[in-house]
Amino acid sequence: MKLPIYMDYHATTPMDPRVFEAMKPYFTEVFGNAASRNHSFGWQAEEAVEKSRKQIAELIGANTKEVVFTSGATESNNLALKGVAEMYAEKGNHIITAATEHKAILDTCKRLEKSGVRVTYLPVQANGLIDLEMLKEAITDKTILISIMYANNEIGVIQPMAEIGKIAKAKGVLVHSDATQAVGKVPVNVLKDNIDLMSLSGHKIYGPKGVGALYVRRKNPRVQITAQMDGGGHERGMRSGTLNVPGIVGLGEACGICNAEMPAESKRMAFLRDKLRGKLEAELDEVYINGTMEHRLPNNLNISFAYVEGESLLMGINDIAVSSGSACTSATLEPSYVLKALGAGDDLAHSSIRFGLGRFNTEEEVDYVAAKVIDVVKKLRELSPLYEMAKEGIDLTKVQWTAH
Amino acid sequence: MAYSNKVLDHYNNPRNVGSMDRNDPNVGTGMVGAPECGDVMKLQVKVNPETGVIEDAKFKTFGCGSAIASSSLATEWLRGKTVDEALEIKNTDIVNELSLPPVKIHCSVLAEDAIKAAISDYKHKTVTKTEAVASAK
Repeated sequence: MKLPIYMDYHATTPMDPRVFEAMKPYFTEVFGNAASRNHSFGWQAEEAVEKSRKQIAELIGANTKEVVFTSGATESNNLALKGVAEMYAEKGNHIITAATEHKAILDTCKRLEKSGVRVTYLPVQANGLIDLEMLKEAITDKTILISIMYANNEIGVIQPMAEIGKIAKAKGVLVHSDATQAVGKVPVNVLKDNIDLMSLSGHKIYGPKGVGALYVRRKNPRVQITAQMDGGGHERGMRSGTLNVPGIVGLGEACGICNAEMPAESKRMAFLRDKLRGKLEAELDEVYINGTMEHRLPNNLNISFAYVEGESLLMGINDIAVSSGSACTSATLEPSYVLKALGAGDDLAHSSIRFGLGRFNTEEEVDYVAAKVIDVVKKLRELSPLYEMAKEGIDLTKVQWTAH
Repeated sequence: MAYSNKVLDHYNNPRNVGSMDRNDPNVGTGMVGAPECGDVMKLQVKVNPETGVIEDAKFKTFGCGSAIASSSLATEWLRGKTVDEALEIKNTDIVNELSLPPVKIHCSVLAEDAIKAAISDYKHKTVTKTEAVASAK
């Protein structure tokens, strides 16, 4: 076993060596511009791009013509929201999203609000899922788009996309989903889930960074978006710019591997994740799982160790790469807005650790991580005045704290 | 974030961790911060009533590594100082000693507040004790 151990697969994933092998020729030998129609260099590049489109389409249940290549999920999210808002401005100006979305959605919405779009940010329930009744009530005759992420990047909870899709379809509203964390990890099907636009990214699924895609539905309904970048009119006019052929080949290969290996891999992820959880819960009291375990990515565990501050925990497990919702680990000094949205209280947000397991983690690593975390949490609780007070039976919510 | 060696040393080998009897008339207890802010420090001093010298200091801290190091360092500095000398410890002294970056300065402020709170608690106890003695006469 090699240290440090990487267990932060929601942040990014190492590229699968098979993906790297597939990409290699497209940097040097097969270097053509996929838009060059007059010679074999261009044709070869185009062929590779079309193969990738097919691999992506197969993974998400789409048609190849519905895949638009982008630079990543952030761009896909921007293009979907801004593109729909602009294209359907005559129909309405209202977008519905959720409080726990990624910043690429929330900040795009903030920008759109400045240009007159009205945005409803649905709260989430304690389990991290949106309330479908609230969604129904939020829809007005001005609503043009519902954008709800498939799986959350911090707590891994999977939103009821099929139900959301049904509700939207009945009202004639488009659905976009940021599926960056879900694609390749759990079965995602744009037809079954009634999704009209969907963002995905290469580097979260063992593919390269700097490449992603936006699924744009072509039938029932035919979705149109206004391009957000002017240029050569690539990607059927939706996204100009010479195609990143090696990146696209890598994204396609990554999707192909996920498609072939998902059943076995998701089982293995769930086994490792549950083993980690079981060990932590067996050895430590007062640990709380953030978000529902029932509808969740198999590789995610987001857990709060009460009375222990997240950054000090990370400091003690510095040979393990994970992330914390604690304010001290962020530039803003604010604890995770996702955990706050669950209503668990800032103190538990400060005490949270996100474990993101992945393809290259081993059972031996999970055992090591569990032992190390248990050891450091116990040590920090010895240091914690809050743990001492709780053990004395003091109700910490009733204490008059001197906030600073 | 990169931590200074001194912060790492205090984090790995915290000095004077523990609790003293808060009802002891010679013990002053300061508790500052709030769980929702991510920092709570408890700092205690035990003062020799004859000499006014701090004979023992203990801490427990919920907070980041810099908060733990700041309070650990504070207990080291408090031991052997008189109550009045202790009040002269400034947060900037802690910042300099631990090489805290700007985002961690609040940890040192919290430690200074904890020292002040502990000594104020001790002084309050002494005053009430003297008053109790006076009224008994």
